[in-house]
Amino acid sequence: MKCRKCREKAVINMRQHKLALCKPHYLEWFVEQTERFIKKYKMFTRDERVLVAVSGGKDSLALWDVLLKLGYQADGFYLRLGIDGGIRYSDESYEKIKTFVAEHPGTQLHVVDAKEMYGESIPEVAQRSRRGRGKPCSVCGLIKRHEMNRIAHDLGYPVLATGHNLDDEAAVLFSNTLHWQVGYLARQYPVLPEGNGFARKVKPFCRFYERETAAYALLAGIDYMYEECPYSEGANTIYYKELLNKLEAERPGAKLHFYLSFLRAKDKEGLFANWEEKKVELHACERCGQPTSAPGLCAFCRLWPEDVLNKPSEAFVPLTLIGGLKTEPSEENATTS
Amino acid sequence: MSEQEKVKVVLRRQEWEVEPGMTAKQLLQHLGLNPQSYLVTVNGELVSEDTRLQPGDFVRLVAVISGGRG
Ligand code: SF4
Ligand SMILES: [Zn+2]
Ligand SMILES: [Zn+2]
Repeated sequence: MKCRKCREKAVINMRQHKLALCKPHYLEWFVEQTERFIKKYKMFTRDERVLVAVSGGKDSLALWDVLLKLGYQADGFYLRLGIDGGIRYSDESYEKIKTFVAEHPGTQLHVVDAKEMYGESIPEVAQRSRRGRGKPCSVCGLIKRHEMNRIAHDLGYPVLATGHNLDDEAAVLFSNTLHWQVGYLARQYPVLPEGNGFARKVKPFCRFYERETAAYALLAGIDYMYEECPYSEGANTIYYKELLNKLEAERPGAKLHFYLSFLRAKDKEGLFANWEEKKVELHACERCGQPTSAPGLCAFCRLWPEDVLNKPSEAFVPLTLIGGLKTEPSEENATTS
Repeated sequence: MSEQEKVKVVLRRQEWEVEPGMTAKQLLQHLGLNPQSYLVTVNGELVSEDTRLQPGDFVRLVAVISGGRG
């Protein structure tokens, strides 16, 4: 198979686009497409600071990499979950992210360590709270969302970017359609406007297949966390993604069509346009100020004991690493000391 | 002459040995894996699905699906 642009040996064939590309042309195409999606959905401009939520996985690191290549003001946010699972999941992920930061001078990484700030790792909170019930994903999602919003707000980032790819979006769409979750369907879109003190949420990779983001990470030489979070096993998302890939294998482009025709129906035919959110009155959380449906504390603040909530505000300032600066003493220093 | 060299294949903690000659796509199908869900690297380089495996090649399969994102 030959590259469509230069006739050299192709490294990837995207059947849904009838497009095969060699390594340099793929890397170029991927970056250009990202720029196109950012513009098409009016996600953000070069004047706006963007906070990228990174996990150490391929999608988020690839996204951060591409945004920096495109010259956007992109910094990272990482929540240390404290998950081990026999594979040092959180420690290894953090190592990958630190390596990435070290290789990108000038970029900043804001780190929130759950255990340090709130006294418990994600599995520990999950164990203790009613919300956890053995599986920490619900607590984990709640904490990630809250902390992402908090850091974006406190550090002045108007835009929050996540690495969701088309397979993520199609799996969510499939699940929400299967259960006719109208509220979720009405909200699903590549951009969620800012409001209520929340940053705008954007998904610049929403039109790339997951194999394309993985191929980009491989070809760009990004050292990402390949192991999955040990709690993700058997997750519904994975099941739906596999199901959609079976369809895709037999009907190239089916996945892309499923997602894009949904977006088109929203944009052009007003699907869900008249959907009125059941007006739940929002209150500001007494402690953190983030909107919540019931008066008093929000779900996040209700997770923690008094003594944590009463810590001075300085205790909740993230650790910021600056790209390109050595965090450990260089060998030279070590030998001369 | 010794027996023709085989192709070594790894995916996470699994390993296989297969005969050379098949394409990357045929390899995935042979292992019961969906070509949409895996990338194939040969001797460290990403290859397209029609690439034929040569004797002594080292193949690493990369699973692309991840999930459970919160
Ligand atoms: S799989 Fe669950 S616990 Fe693990 S990172 Fe995702 S949401 Fe958190
Ligand atoms: Zn080319
Ligand atoms: Zn709160």
